[in-house]
Amino acid sequence: MDFPSGLSYSKTHEWIQDIGGGAARIGITDYAQNELGDIVFVNLPETGDEASKGERIADVESVKAVSDIISPLSGVVKAVNKDVADNPESMNADPYGAWLIEISDISDHEELLSAEDYRAFCEEEG
Amino acid sequence: MSGQASTGENEKRTPLYGSHVSLGGRMVPFAGYLLPVQYSGVIAEHMAVRARAGLFDVSHMGEVLLTGKDALANLQMLLSNDFRGMPDGRVRYSLMCNESGGVVDDLVVYRYGDEKYLLVVNAANRGKDVAWIRERLSGSVTMEDISDDIAQIALQGPASDAILRKLAPASGIPEKYYTFVDDVAVGGIKCLVSQTGYTGEKGYEFYLSNADAPLLWEKLLDAGADFGLVPAGLGARDTLRLEAGMPLYGHEMDDGVTPFEADLAFGVKMGKDGFIGKAALTGHENPQRKRAGLKITGKGIARGNETVYVDGEAVGRTTSGTHCPFLGYPVAMALIDQSGAQTGTAAEVDVRGRRIAAEVVPIPFYKRVKR
Repeated sequence: MDFPSGLSYSKTHEWIQDIGGGAARIGITDYAQNELGDIVFVNLPETGDEASKGERIADVESVKAVSDIISPLSGVVKAVNKDVADNPESMNADPYGAWLIEISDISDHEELLSAEDYRAFCEEEG
Repeated sequence: MSGQASTGENEKRTPLYGSHVSLGGRMVPFAGYLLPVQYSGVIAEHMAVRARAGLFDVSHMGEVLLTGKDALANLQMLLSNDFRGMPDGRVRYSLMCNESGGVVDDLVVYRYGDEKYLLVVNAANRGKDVAWIRERLSGSVTMEDISDDIAQIALQGPASDAILRKLAPASGIPEKYYTFVDDVAVGGIKCLVSQTGYTGEKGYEFYLSNADAPLLWEKLLDAGADFGLVPAGLGARDTLRLEAGMPLYGHEMDDGVTPFEADLAFGVKMGKDGFIGKAALTGHENPQRKRAGLKITGKGIARGNETVYVDGEAVGRTTSGTHCPFLGYPVAMALIDQSGAQTGTAAEVDVRGRRIAAEVVPIPFYKRVKR
């Protein structure tokens, strides 16, 4: 399982990449995609939507079930990745390349973990 | 991400538990058992069954023996199908109805002889079924729940024939759909073999003693290696049966849904003498609501228990739905008002507050090409 060191992680299994200027990209982690299994649909927010930390920002459907993506950040949706919406299986194949949402005007965030701490957190979850 | 499945500790293990774990199966609780939901992935396993073959542990299924000179009379009373004139070695699907015409369970009946029948019932309903039958048996008949002693393995897919032929004599391979041969040596292991399944593909099911199950599982996987046989889990079992339009108890039918509503009239013989539920079903052969197929044409995936709309009016609810890996689009089955059930009708499904477009289509969604 992959835990790239340049990223931050939430306890609800999203990764966060600081892209500067008070903005960040989020996606789901390798652990998350592996737990979900084959992903076949993602429902993304609209550009301009408000993101609130700890609340649902998107949802992904695997063959088996639906899961909410929890926003680790509060801010404004600046962009969504339409390529991933068209090819949701890319979240399985390349979870850290397949960013979902870009959030700007970040005003608050959930507790974020380093790669090392997130790895330990996943190991505890089994 | 949220909504993780928990791993139960109170569930029973099938005799193949160790085989699943060593093959990397992801174990989940299901109907009181720990079973693999997937090994490599639901889509890969699903596609393998459609193109080649898959091997399933279905040992959770319940097996109930009915023996005695009044066994047939009791079946006739308990079940909606007609078992008179059924040849030995045949398998027949039936509903077991309650007095209101709702479905207690759907099951298959194996006929060994005039005085011996095997009923294969849904794992989740086993206790309910056994109690239901016991309270209603009359005359010279004995019921025995042998589920805990019997393992069941399903080999499904177009390559299943070739794989089985490597392990069993020709005389031990049931030639026709819904027939079986008992006491077959499959790789030297004694089994009942039937040509049955729950995937929409040609396939076989093996019933055998728990102790022999891991060895048969291994022999089948070995024999199938050259044919692309893969172990397959509950996830693929569900997507395969849904794509093939096959009903699942607790979804397409239950105690409050009649066989006619579930579009299972082929398993009900209204012409036979009084079976439980017949009185309530009489005159309701064409119910107001009926099972229909939906192809999801909008963006999203319908699951079960979601409201279906036609022209903005609620016409019923989905009973199950998923993304179909072979077809490449999502489908659902729904129990909807007949007025909205015509093929081609434009519909919508409310998926967690979002209405997504759908179209009424015939069931099955997928039908195999016979070869």
